[in-house]
Parts: sequence; C-alpha cells; structure tokens
Amino acid sequence: MTITADMGGWELFKNSLWPMIQGGIKYTIPLTLISFTLGLALALLLAIMRLSNRKYFTIPARMLVSAVRGTPLLVQLSIVFFGLGSIGLTIDPFPSAIIAFTLNVGAYASEIIRASILSIPKGQWEASHTIGMSYWQALRRIVLPQASRVSIPPLSNTFISLVKDTSLASLILVTELFRKAQEIAARTYDFMLLYLEAALLYWIICFVLSIIQDRIERRLERHISN
Amino acid sequence: MFLTVEGLTKAFGELEVLKDIDLEIEKGNILTIIGPSGSGKTTLLRCLNVLEMPNKGKFAFHDGVQVDFGKEPSKKEVTSLRRRSGMVFQSYNLFPHKTALENVTEGPLIVQKRPKSEVLALAENLLDKVGLADKMNLYPHQLSGGQQQRVGIARALAIEPELMLFDEPTSALDPELVGEVLKVIKDLANEGWTMVIVTHELKFAEQVSNQVIFMDEGQIVEQGPPEAVLKSPKEKRTQQFLERILNP
Repeated sequence: MTITADMGGWELFKNSLWPMIQGGIKYTIPLTLISFTLGLALALLLAIMRLSNRKYFTIPARMLVSAVRGTPLLVQLSIVFFGLGSIGLTIDPFPSAIIAFTLNVGAYASEIIRASILSIPKGQWEASHTIGMSYWQALRRIVLPQASRVSIPPLSNTFISLVKDTSLASLILVTELFRKAQEIAARTYDFMLLYLEAALLYWIICFVLSIIQDRIERRLERHISN
Repeated sequence: MFLTVEGLTKAFGELEVLKDIDLEIEKGNILTIIGPSGSGKTTLLRCLNVLEMPNKGKFAFHDGVQVDFGKEPSKKEVTSLRRRSGMVFQSYNLFPHKTALENVTEGPLIVQKRPKSEVLALAENLLDKVGLADKMNLYPHQLSGGQQQRVGIARALAIEPELMLFDEPTSALDPELVGEVLKVIKDLANEGWTMVIVTHELKFAEQVSNQVIFMDEGQIVEQGPPEAVLKSPKEKRTQQFLERILNP
C-alpha cells in the first residue's frame, strides 16, 4: 500500500491503518505484555521486600520505588537508551523500552500489591499458622490468592496506562503504533488525521481491555468473603 | 498432667496483659476461662499456641518437651508447639477462596503432606461429624455463621492436635445458631478431647467443663470445678462478675 502526500483524507486513513496496526501488533502489544509480566514479578518482589521487617530489604525497595515514581518515564527511557548508550552500554530500542517500562510497572504495582496484601485480615495469617503453615506457605496459598482479587482493579488500570505509555517508546525509535503515525504524518503533513487515527486505535485497544477487565473482576467476585 | 504453664507473662508495650500465670491442664480435661473483656483470657489462649509470643514463662508437656520463653524460641520450636493444638477463632477465619472441604484438607494435605486419599477420607469424616456432610463443596460465604464455625472446628481437628483451643467460639453468632456449635464442642468433650475454651456462655461452661478459671486484670483470680467457681465463688471479683452477667 503506497502512501503519498496528495492522497484524499479517507484514502490516507485507510492506507495508513495497516501500517499502524502492524506497529501495534509487532511492538505496542508485545512491549505491553512483556513489560507488564516482568513488571508484576518485580512488583511482587518489591512488595514482599517492603513488608519484611529487615532494613536491608525494606530500604533498597523503598528507594527504588521512590526513584521510579519520582522521575518522569520519558527521562527514564532516555537514560536507559541514550544515557547508557553514550557511556558505551548500547542497548537496542526495544529492550531499552522493556527495561524502562518494567521498572515503571514494578514500582507502581508494588504499592498496589503491598496494599492489597495488607488489606487481608490478620486472622487469615493466624488461621494459616495454626494449621502449621510457614510464612511463605501462608503467603502463597492463603494471602496472595485473596490479595490478587483486591488488586485486580488497580492493576488493570496500571495495565491500561501502560498501553498508552508505550507510545513514549516512539522517542527512542521503537517503531510502535504512534511512531508509525509520526512517520506517515512527516511525509504527508496530515498531522490531524493521522494522530486522530492513532488515538482511535489506542482507544479501541483500551476499550477491549476494559471489557476484559470487567469480566475478570466479575469472575473473581464470586468467592470473596463478606 | 498434659501441660504445665509456669510464670507466663505477656505485655503489649507498657500494658501488662498477663501477669505471671500458672496453669495446669490435665489430659482429657476441659478447662473454660471466663472473665470480663480485657482480662487477658484471649491472650492467655493465644499464648498457648504462640499466636502471641509470651515474654516470659515455661511450658512443660506430658512427653517431656519443655519450652522456656526467657529467650525467643526458634521457628522450629514454634512450629512444633503449634502442631500440638488446634485453634478455633471467634470470627471463624475460614479461607474464603476455598470450599469447606478444602479448608479442612489444607492443613493435613499441604502442611503435613499426607496422602490425598487419606486426607480426603479424614476431611469427609470430620465434616460429617460436625454435621456438614452435605455442605462440603460450598464456599464459606454460602454458609451460615454456625456452619462456618463448624467448618472451623473441623479444620482445627484435621491437623490431629492433642489439644483444642476455642476463642469465644460462639460470640460472633446469632443466638439461634449458638446451640449447633456448642453441641459439636460437647461431642468432642464426650470423646475425651483435652480442651481450653474461652467463653461467655456460663451455662455451657458449667455443663461441659471440669475446671473453670476466672481471670481479671491479667491474673487468675479463682479456679476450680464449675459448681464451685460458678455457683459459690469465694472471691469478691468473681461474685461481682457473675452477678453482672446473670442480672444485667
């Protein structure tokens, strides 16, 4: 499909749809899924470290969370890609983006997970201990399954934010959905149309995700204690 | 003697909740603890399976095992202490994401790693015993308070403890559901279980127990057979407490 500067609006819209969707399938969605999965693992680790009563676990975790939350995502992306690159540690755009987004999700989601673990009544821990469970057994089998229910709505929000935040990866040359829109707009000068088109695509993705979120929440509500 | 407790002391910060408690529990005996709220009776019970860590005191068990809380016991010691007793909570504390059956199998299956077929038979048997054979696959929120508490009792029994601890097992229940839980506890009493029960049900204490302890302000004020402590108490504080409960 060719795209030229003298194309009519509707034709331009149609012809640029597929390149943008490709950018979405090849980069936006994988970037989101990989960063979110790794980020959740990091978040769980950070949450457990922060819930510990040993300073050599809590302090590093708090510092990392504070640093990530206290600096703009765009600056973090730039440090990983341009900054590290300039001191000889060159990382490709896509893995750079994964690193930055993983750290970001890890920091924000760790607060959500920590709060959801704390929201589980103390009696659940006690009951687990009275039937002989260790801390880890109680955490894994009794507390986390309940905490995960509590944390699904806020984690879904983090996930949806992440989908939109991946557009920032365009600035470190990842040819994701928005980067495609920029590339086409640079050739055709039809910024309004192409950016609206990109916005529409993000909206559709997030709309579908929020429907899925709704379903998961309703499924999980079935056995919540009263 | 099943368990001898000596000099048990527990403080939360400045507040001394248990002051130098001595206690003897005989095998097969049913000990009920009564007393006003804040008297330390629940804390005493929770110290018995180390849900609260005592600050001082000694436990000596019938099989020669001794634990001195002068220094903090190891995790292993705590685990083996807890292994001896099953705990039933005032607010049931069932696992809401597991069925009644799974609540009961969790201890023997996951912690004790006993074979699945054996554990299933045990759990079904226990749920049948507490009258819930037809509710095994329901989740806690689908059960009434009395039913939940009976699952709680089955869950505690499933780890096959030597001692059963009950922390105000009927206090959170609607009055019409109290009877079904007390009946299960009475059945256990008839089977010869050694039990410690913190309760407000004086009539029940009188019927079921061999020994009643009245606690106030972190101390054991009076103890003895139920007819003595509940019918003709010697101590003034006991008399006042019983008076308040019987004629509110």
